[in-house]
Amino acid sequence: MDFLDQWSAFWRLFYTNGGYKRVLSEGLANTLKISILGLIIGIVIGTLIAAVKVMPKYKRLPRVLNVFCNIYVGFFRGTPIVVQLLLAYYVLFPLMGVSIGSLNTCILIFGLNSGAYVSEIMRAGIQSVDAGQMEAGRALGLGYAPAMIKIVIPQAIKNILPTLGNEFIALIKDTSVVSFVAAVDLYKVFTEMGNVNYEYLAPYLMMAIIYIVLILLVTLLFKLIEQKMHRGDRV
Amino acid sequence: MNNTVNNVPETAGDELIVVRDLCKSFRISKKKELQVLKNINSVIHKNERVAVIGPSGSGKSTFLRCLNCMEDPTSGSIFFDGDDIADVRVDINKHRENIGMVFQQFNLFANKTVLQNITLAPIYLKTKKAGGLFAKSAVKKQIRKEAEEHAMQLLRRIGLEDKANAYPSTLSGGQKQRIAIVRALAMNPKVMLFDEPTSALDPEMVGEVLDLMKELANEGMTMVIVTHEMGFAREVADRVLFMDNGVIAEEAPPAELFNNPKNPRTKEFLSKVL
Repeated sequence: MDFLDQWSAFWRLFYTNGGYKRVLSEGLANTLKISILGLIIGIVIGTLIAAVKVMPKYKRLPRVLNVFCNIYVGFFRGTPIVVQLLLAYYVLFPLMGVSIGSLNTCILIFGLNSGAYVSEIMRAGIQSVDAGQMEAGRALGLGYAPAMIKIVIPQAIKNILPTLGNEFIALIKDTSVVSFVAAVDLYKVFTEMGNVNYEYLAPYLMMAIIYIVLILLVTLLFKLIEQKMHRGDRV
Repeated sequence: MNNTVNNVPETAGDELIVVRDLCKSFRISKKKELQVLKNINSVIHKNERVAVIGPSGSGKSTFLRCLNCMEDPTSGSIFFDGDDIADVRVDINKHRENIGMVFQQFNLFANKTVLQNITLAPIYLKTKKAGGLFAKSAVKKQIRKEAEEHAMQLLRRIGLEDKANAYPSTLSGGQKQRIAIVRALAMNPKVMLFDEPTSALDPEMVGEVLDLMKELANEGMTMVIVTHEMGFAREVADRVLFMDNGVIAEEAPPAELFNNPKNPRTKEFLSKVL
């Protein structure tokens, strides 16, 4: 079979027989669910860890928290995400007797994983904000936490937005490993389509195109957000 | 904390800030410490304007920043409103509401408009006192409305009401510093600390900031001003502190200190800057 034949066979599966519905409703939907929810969890965890890391360390509590954060970041950056998925899905959760389904496991693990990366991005972002901003807030009587939340972190997020976009893109692409724990994503759907005729060229080509379009759209989205957030800057 | 209250020195009653044996050291490496303030004693009275002058590295900015604990004192006490704010157990945030501070680099919040810069702290702190997130929305609205009205009043006073919705990056240095001053005023502080407020300004903008500070002085605001503007110190201050090498080397009314300095270091410094 030459390429055109392969393509028309794939097209029958993909379009005429309605395979695209599964691509959209399961493949793309799960890929987006895992990466978007993962990023949101990651930003929350990352911000908390970054806040601990930039806290003044002369009291005991921040020092203890700092140790835990270092262990957390060390583990999630030091092991591949596949290993974390396997550990959670086949070892940890069965041992603990919880079953939250493969999709939820993926969302959770991607969130925890990206939290480790986002924490470092956030820390750099927070430290890039002029120390005078924090001082001015504290001098007005705001506590450390409200000054951080109202003044420093919004500016930090603005500074780190391009890097955060990068993290999101990496996250989207990393979701292609979730079939290790039996979750259905773009890769899984297209592989199953290829399994019908044992011809994988056309399905995988289509998958690549979908990923590229997806990531171009995300890039565009982040560019728009960035422009909106920079309205306070000198033009 | 009770014992600190009892330690407040017996005085005539018009003292606002009493500084006792204040020392401040910075750790510059594991073993080395740099002592910036050496047993400073000073009293700032109500309605008094105190100018702090001295060569760079003399500790005058550190002294000022210790007065609202932006730098934690290494030892000694600072009495304000009956509390020793150098004590870490005292809630410093509560006292900072009453101590306005103006910085050399303005430090306006870059992500907030001028109006938000002024209203941020009053709205947050008043809402917190009204119950924080659980405050009734009518109460919150009222707090916001009052804070914004007060802010607009202050902006009108400095002639910048048309900049209310501008971001700080679009303003000139003089405008920024005047807004930083009214931002501190919006808290109705009992004392204002100025940390070289005109040092980062273009020469032609120094005047507008000093004029605003003079106005405040004439209204009876208690002020502590670290400055290199000797003319301003002479004109506005009731008392001038000359700091050198971590101690207050000389302290006198401006006419006396500028015209007839006693300390040789003061003489030397004034001969260079005047």
